[in-house]
Amino acid sequence: MITKEDVEHIGWLARIDISEQETVEHMEKLNSVLGYFGQLDELPTEDVAPTYHVAEIHNVFRDDVVEECLPQEVVLENTEHKQDGAFRVPKIG
Amino acid sequence: MAKWMSVAQVKEKIKESSAEEVTAQYLDTIGKSKVNGYITVSEKALEQAKKIDVEGHNGPLAGVPIAIKDNISVVGLPNSCGSKILEDYIPPFNAYVIEKLLAAGAVILGKTNMDEFAMGSSTETSYFGPTANPWDLERVPGGSSGGSAAVVAAGEAPFALGSDTGGSVRCPAAFCGVVGLKPTYGAVSRYGVVAYANSLEQVGPLANNVTDIAVLMDVIAGYDRKDSTSIDSKTEYQKALIEDVKGLKIGVPKEFFGEGIHPDVEKAVWNAIHKCEDLGASWEEVSMPHIKYALASYYIIAMSEASSNLARFDGTRYGYRASGENWHAMVSKTRAEGFGTEVKRRILLGTYALSAGYHDKYYLKALKVRTLVKQDFDKALSKVDVLMAPTMPNPAFKIGEKIEDPLTLYLSDVNTCPINLAGVPSLSVPCGFTDGLPIGLQIMGKPFDEPAVLRAAYTFEQNTDYHTKRPPEVA
Repeated sequence: MITKEDVEHIGWLARIDISEQETVEHMEKLNSVLGYFGQLDELPTEDVAPTYHVAEIHNVFRDDVVEECLPQEVVLENTEHKQDGAFRVPKIG
Repeated sequence: MAKWMSVAQVKEKIKESSAEEVTAQYLDTIGKSKVNGYITVSEKALEQAKKIDVEGHNGPLAGVPIAIKDNISVVGLPNSCGSKILEDYIPPFNAYVIEKLLAAGAVILGKTNMDEFAMGSSTETSYFGPTANPWDLERVPGGSSGGSAAVVAAGEAPFALGSDTGGSVRCPAAFCGVVGLKPTYGAVSRYGVVAYANSLEQVGPLANNVTDIAVLMDVIAGYDRKDSTSIDSKTEYQKALIEDVKGLKIGVPKEFFGEGIHPDVEKAVWNAIHKCEDLGASWEEVSMPHIKYALASYYIIAMSEASSNLARFDGTRYGYRASGENWHAMVSKTRAEGFGTEVKRRILLGTYALSAGYHDKYYLKALKVRTLVKQDFDKALSKVDVLMAPTMPNPAFKIGEKIEDPLTLYLSDVNTCPINLAGVPSLSVPCGFTDGLPIGLQIMGKPFDEPAVLRAAYTFEQNTDYHTKRPPEVA
């Protein structure tokens, strides 16, 4: 069971502000979904290996050479918050 | 000009008149639309078509218009993902599939409506309002590629691209009475597609007929060095369009006909299987005992991957930004105001499933169950060529009917999401109606054996007339 404190904690981990009212709403809905997920407990999986993805490929590398990338002005086109070729953000902390 | 045309007919029409005229006709249909299938209609479409008329183009899709789901990057067109947080975001690069389409001469009509960040099965979670099902405007088109399926069904594009993470191409294809394919994982590049759950999703085509699905796959599939999960299968899709199922072995997994299935859906799917039998195929029942656990496994994995993927939307480099006195406050407020309820719910659940103390219970467990589901597919497909089952257990539901209860909505993916866990190809093709609403037959195959799937679908289609029916609401 997820508690109100749990919702507040994962909201903080996920960097999403959650109001008092939303906390209660989320708690109810999340618990109903988690209750459904609980059915997996009945399946023994001690000796089963996990599957992270199904493609039979490993360690896809390319040569370590500098390639063309997006020009700085293009990268900055989608924000109004910029200064001297960098993204401008509020102070950390 | 006919409202519903196959790609071959569109090409014929272009020869008779011009690419510009054909595009103009589609834009005219879109302008009168009742379905709200497009988020953005491209102002450059006519210009693009005209350029092909003037300069000539020998690509396989020269001048043929197409609609693109709004999570696939197209330079110069907003790529909103159906979300407020990306409402004004315009990508500076094309997705690989878009590069391939443009090289083939396709004309991009616009970007289609979708569940926010592809999270949903009804297109109701879009920030831009729901899309209506062309067969009944009070019903959902399915999702998350509901816009793409609806515009194809409504004659507002000859074909479209969607993306399928747990059924998001096949579900709307079934609900809107069109054909939709989720290719084998790795067959189509995901470069430039906004990630939701990257170990599960694939870009897939939607069209009015099986032939056009193959035409589109021959253009968009293939190896892309920018996608580290891309595989060069060298599959030739149009070559698989052979009207012959003699000797084809069909497996029928009883687990896909579970509790809650609509009797008309069950009947239509069995009729389709018997039709294939009449045409020379054989069928046998196969057992896939872990399918009942697939939905929970799928949602845990999808939400976990989503919580990580969607961390990039922080108001810093693009998209919506809220004000905050410091970095943390700005990011948390941006995400609270920019994401809709369902997206936040999935990020929270995914964060929880990956958090200290719960990782093994939820995420690792789901990955192990995924192995068992994949083994079920491997085993079933070692005995037969294709599997056949209902795409969706029920026909399209009413707008607003399920949106308040997430679990009810999640359960509608019960027959589509196992396929994504296994990474196999799966296609939905129209196979009947109930109360005037389309029903979809789902045909699944071995990894990279789209040819067997297409061949079965093509033969079924050529010997039935479901694909020729058009929605009365928009005719």
